[in-house]
Amino acid sequence: MALLEVTNLGISFGGLQAVAAFDLTVETGRLYGLIGPNGAGKTTAFNMLTGMYRPSEGNIRLDGVDITGKSPEYISKAGIARTFQNIRLFDEMMVLDNVKVGMHNRMEYSMWAGLLRTRSYRETEHDMNRKALKLLKVFGMEDKAELSASALPYGQQRKLEICRALASDPKLLLLDEPAAGMNPNETQELMETVRKVRDDFGIAILLIEHDMKFVMGICEEITVLEYGRIIARGSGETISNDPRVIAAYLGGDDD
Amino acid sequence: MAGRKKMKKSTRSNLMTFGFVIAFWALIEIVRMTGHMTAKIGGLLIPVCAYVVMAISLNLVVGFLGELSLGHAAFMSAGAFAGIYFYTTAGAALPQWLAVLIAFLIGGAAAGIFGVLVGIPVLRLSGDYLAIVTLASGEILKNVLGAMYIGSDSRGLHFSLKDQFSLGMEPDGKMLLKGAMGIMGIKKFSVFTVGIVLILITLIFVTNLMNSRAGRAITAIRDDEIAARATGINLTKYKLMAFVSAAVFAGFAGVLYALNYSSLVADKFDYNLSINVLVMVVLGGMGNVLGGIIAAIILTVLPEMLRGFSQYRMFIYSIVLIVMMLFNQAPAFVSWRKRFMMRFRKKAPVSGKEGI
Repeated sequence: MALLEVTNLGISFGGLQAVAAFDLTVETGRLYGLIGPNGAGKTTAFNMLTGMYRPSEGNIRLDGVDITGKSPEYISKAGIARTFQNIRLFDEMMVLDNVKVGMHNRMEYSMWAGLLRTRSYRETEHDMNRKALKLLKVFGMEDKAELSASALPYGQQRKLEICRALASDPKLLLLDEPAAGMNPNETQELMETVRKVRDDFGIAILLIEHDMKFVMGICEEITVLEYGRIIARGSGETISNDPRVIAAYLGGDDD
Repeated sequence: MAGRKKMKKSTRSNLMTFGFVIAFWALIEIVRMTGHMTAKIGGLLIPVCAYVVMAISLNLVVGFLGELSLGHAAFMSAGAFAGIYFYTTAGAALPQWLAVLIAFLIGGAAAGIFGVLVGIPVLRLSGDYLAIVTLASGEILKNVLGAMYIGSDSRGLHFSLKDQFSLGMEPDGKMLLKGAMGIMGIKKFSVFTVGIVLILITLIFVTNLMNSRAGRAITAIRDDEIAARATGINLTKYKLMAFVSAAVFAGFAGVLYALNYSSLVADKFDYNLSINVLVMVVLGGMGNVLGGIIAAIILTVLPEMLRGFSQYRMFIYSIVLIVMMLFNQAPAFVSWRKRFMMRFRKKAPVSGKEGI
C-alpha cells in the first residue's frame, strides 16, 4: 500500500477550477517533485493535502486512512508536515522554541502539568530540548538555538522551517519552494540536506520548486501541472523531453 | 547545553519580576511599620495590586496571544459583582477569611464563565472582531448590572430590571443589589498582603503557562496563525485558554478591588478602565510582564499624586506617558537601556527579546 494516494482531487473557487483530476501516489522513502508555471495550482494542491483548503471533489488517503477535508490539526497528527513558499516562522520566538512548537502533538503534557511544573512537565521538556537540539544539529544550527527566529539569515530560516516540520515526526514532508531566494551555493547545500533528511528520517518528500536544476537533481518522480491539470509525469529526463512540458515552460512554437 | 542556558535566561527574568513584587511588598511594609504611611498611599495599595493583576492578565491576551481586548474591565466587573454578592449574602454568616476566599473563587469563576461566553463565538474568527465584541460586551454588562435590582425577604429572592418598587418586597426585606447604586454596606476587607499574594499567584500562573507547551502554542498563534494551524495547533482551544485565564484573573482583581470599598457600582468598570489597563500593558511593553507591573503602579499612583496640581494634572500625566513610551519603545532609548543593563550582568547573552 502506498503512503499517500490521491485520486481525482479537485477544487474550485467560485467558478474557477483551480485544480482538477489531480492524482498522485507517494511511496515512503522517495523524493517527488511538483512543478509547473506560476498559477498552475501547485500550492493549492499542497493546501488541500494539508487541510488548509477543503477539496471540492476527490479523495486523499494517508496510510490507508481517508483524510479528505479533515482539519489541518488532524492531518498534522496523521503525519503530513509542510513548509511555506513565503517563510512562516514564529519570528519572536527562539529558534529552539520554534522547533518545540513543531512537537506540539508528539510530546504532550497537560496544561496543568505545565502550570504546576510536575515531573511529567520536566521530563517531557527535557526530552523536547534534547530532540530539538538534535534536529537543529542535522541542519548545523545547534549553536543558533537561543537566537530569535527573525535573527537568522534567510537560508537558515528556510532550514528552520524544515526543522520545525520534521519535529512533528511526519511520514510525508511537503516543501513549498525550499530553494526560493537562495544562491547557487545555498541551493546545492539544500539539495544535500533534503536528500539527507529523506535518508536519515526515512520519509517521503514532495516538493514544489522552480529551480529546475534542483528538481531534476534530486526528485525521482516529477509531476507537471499546468492550469490545474497534470500534463506530464515521470523522471527528470522524461519530463525535460516532453513536448507539452517544454511548451508550457517556454511557450508554444507559435509564440 | 543550550537548553540549560535558556532555562537560566527565562528563570533570571522571572526572578527579577518576582523579586520586584516582593521588594515592593517589603518596602510598603517597612514604611508602614516605621509609621510613615499616609492615608492617601494606604488607600491606594489595594487598587494598585488590583491594577497590577489586571495588567498581567491582559498581557496574556494582548502581549502573548496578540489579540486586542477592549473590555477587560467587564471581567473585573463580573468577578467583583459575583464575589461581592456572595460575600454580602451567604458569606456574611461565615468567618471573614473564609467568606473572602470563597468570594475570590466565585468571582474568578463568574468572570471565567463570562469570558467563555464572550470568547467562544469571537475567537473562532480572526481579525478585529475580538476588540469590537469585548468593547460591546463590557458596555452591555455595565448597563445591565446598573439596571438590576435584587432584594430578599421572607418569601425569597426578588429580581427586577425596572426599579426597586417593582420588586414587591415585604417591608422588612433587604436590598442586595440596588441598580445604579450597586451593592452597598460591604464589610471592607483590605489587606495589602492578600493583594501581593494575588499578584504572585497571577505571576506564577502566567510565567509557568508561557514557559510550557500551551504557552508556546499561544505565542505561535500570535506570531503566525497559519503556520500554527499547519503545525497542528488547535487555534480555538489555545485562544480560549489565554482569553479565559485572563478573564479569571481579572475576576480575582475585581473581587480584591471591590472588597476595598464599602459600596460597589457597575459604572466604575467602564470603557476608560479597560483602556487604562491596555495603556499599562502597551507602555510596559507587550509581552513584558515586569514592564506591565511597573506601568500599572506608576499609572495608578500618578493621577492620585497629581490631584494637588488640578490644572496641570492631565498635562503631567500625558508627559509621563510619552516619556515612558520613549523609554520602552524608541530604538535609541532601548539600546541605551540595554547597554546600561549590560554593566550589571556581565556574561548575560545578548538577545533582542524581552519578556518572561
